[in-house]
Amino acid sequence: MKVHEYQAKTIFEKAGIPVPPGGVAETVADAVALAEQYARPVMVKSQVHVGGRGKAGGVKYAENVEAARVWAQKILGMDIKGLTVKKVLVTEAVDIVSESYVGIVIDRASKKPVIMVSPAGGIDIEEVAAKTPEKIMKYAVNPTHGLRGFEAWQLAAFLYRDPKQIRQAADIIQKLYGIYWAVDASLVEINPLITTPDGKVVAIDAKLNIDDNGLYRQREIAGMRDLDSEDASEVEAREADLSFVNLTGHIGCIVNGAGLAMATMDLVKHYGGDPANFLDIGGSSNPQKVLTAMRIILRDKNVRSILINIFGGITRCDDVANGIVMAYEELKPEIPIVVRLTGTNEDKAKQILKKVNLESADTLDNVVKKAIKLAEVVV
Amino acid sequence: MSILINKSTKVVVQGITGRDGSFHAEQMKKYGTNVVGGVTPGKGGTTVAGIPVFNSVSEAVKKTKANTSVIYVPPAFAVDAIYEAVDAGVKLVICITEGLPANDMMKVYDYIKGKDVRLVGPNCPGLISVDQCKVGIMPGSIVKKGSVGVVSRSGTLTYEAIWALTSAGIGQTTCIGIGGDQIIGTNFIDVLGMFEADPATKAVVMIGEIGGTDEEEAAKFVKKNMTKPVVGFIAGRTAPPGKRMGHAGAIISGGTGTAEDKVAALEKAGIPVAASPTMIPAMIKEKMAAAKKGKKAEKKSPAKGAKAKKAKKPAKKAAAKKPSAKKTKKSGKAGSKKK
Repeated sequence: MKVHEYQAKTIFEKAGIPVPPGGVAETVADAVALAEQYARPVMVKSQVHVGGRGKAGGVKYAENVEAARVWAQKILGMDIKGLTVKKVLVTEAVDIVSESYVGIVIDRASKKPVIMVSPAGGIDIEEVAAKTPEKIMKYAVNPTHGLRGFEAWQLAAFLYRDPKQIRQAADIIQKLYGIYWAVDASLVEINPLITTPDGKVVAIDAKLNIDDNGLYRQREIAGMRDLDSEDASEVEAREADLSFVNLTGHIGCIVNGAGLAMATMDLVKHYGGDPANFLDIGGSSNPQKVLTAMRIILRDKNVRSILINIFGGITRCDDVANGIVMAYEELKPEIPIVVRLTGTNEDKAKQILKKVNLESADTLDNVVKKAIKLAEVVV
Repeated sequence: MSILINKSTKVVVQGITGRDGSFHAEQMKKYGTNVVGGVTPGKGGTTVAGIPVFNSVSEAVKKTKANTSVIYVPPAFAVDAIYEAVDAGVKLVICITEGLPANDMMKVYDYIKGKDVRLVGPNCPGLISVDQCKVGIMPGSIVKKGSVGVVSRSGTLTYEAIWALTSAGIGQTTCIGIGGDQIIGTNFIDVLGMFEADPATKAVVMIGEIGGTDEEEAAKFVKKNMTKPVVGFIAGRTAPPGKRMGHAGAIISGGTGTAEDKVAALEKAGIPVAASPTMIPAMIKEKMAAAKKGKKAEKKSPAKGAKAKKAKKPAKKAAAKKPSAKKTKKSGKAGSKKK
């Protein structure tokens, strides 16, 4: 789950990481009120879950209240990479002497949290890693005993020369590491971490991603989820306990198991089609889930055929078949559906499916080929 | 032969009184697994499908000499269940449960590192050593005894691949799902090393997916350390970057973990990558035939004495396998009785 910058900054502030004062606004009037309150130049920053907001024109400097009004007007409602800006963060602008980067991520290879710091901040860290890897220091922390003071100091000393700034940065890194664990983060990032003319080290941006698997014990964080900024179908799918990702093709896919769902999509592409989505109905095959899955896919006007691929292990094919019949009768789809069910209770499933007039296929490759063919006919 | 589990494996089921735990305990027992006990705190003294239930893993181990534990407890308690199993002294812990926080798993991994215990999973289907023992949730009906080892990050995709092999008359030694999470106890290279060391395994199918760099590491390992042929499959060629594809670990982030990178790494290491799971059997057959030929040639040439030594055993066994390979053709229609 992604958390907005303004939300992450609240968490930072609570933990004692210095951030410029700021507030979130959903209307121009509120944004102006905030700018008036600070009575000095501000930044107006769009709050959307996408990288490259600045480049897209979603982050602007406003010299005075009038400028803040103009930018708030422009940015609120703006479209950034397909997402509509519904909130802006209005925050005091600060003078910047230097920009650094601090981030903590899960490192899958070492199975440890890795802290990355770089004096080349303010730009994409992947770009730094590709072009000037010597400007990045990485440190894998022992997850059991945590980040020690001297380790944080050494990381900070890679960023600054001034002992006072090193001390401030070490403290920030230590606190950031604390946040990482406290909120079940999978990524936490300050880019840039800046120094001001009077020598202060301040976090002027904040990025925080939460491990979905930790959300059950992160009530407060879970409440920060911004449903507006997510794909509506993906939200509906999640609520029904389905894994779903919207794509741009025209062959709808309903599959059990994430790996098989990916492989099915890949095969659609391999045989010349284009998948409309990734959809895993999961292990337990509640017929209701199939109905929801079908409803979500049918809403996508690009979809010209639907393929259902089920390999029954724990999933029982007859449950899925019941779901298909239920969905067919309730939703009355006008596009062709081709089904391949194999494994547990396959025969029962075939009996059930006789109630409706659907295409079927016996193998993975055949169900894919058939779905592609049927999609062509519709055109 | 097989890897990790066999006839002498004694299994204790953590969470045996739950819906999944009880169902699969029975399924495992039916397959012939020696399920010696179950654990649910507070339900000690009862039984599930004739299996005695204990209050703790250590009690179960003491009374039953269990050496393997399989975990079906809900995600909020599964991390604790792993620690409990490790502390009770079992040598193999298989965590089926999905949804364990990755940060917790980093601590678990740090805890077990250096101890005489192996963790498989979490978020995995478990494993089957064909006709010997099944631990986890894989359907026992799709496997068939033979000489191919299967290792995968997935569940149903693995079944699809196993079924393709079985339908083509190619049997397996051990099939193992290592899990779809970011932090897992056993990685590809661990399993590949075991298959290389297992005399019954003649070839390996490795099924990877997007996310992380495990497949790349495995490719290097195969090139450097393996004499047995490996065939690969990578899921997620059409997955968009930055999106989690069902599995917590299946995500392309910051440009790493793409299917293209993985396919390229495997191919560079001489591992052919199938475009569809159904193409795996033909590739395995071809690879095994080539390996056999190569080894025969090596055997004849004394100059390659060092390699021929390794080749000796496999060549003999491969010949012994032939009849069973033919027999399986008949069972190609066994699909209807799959579980």
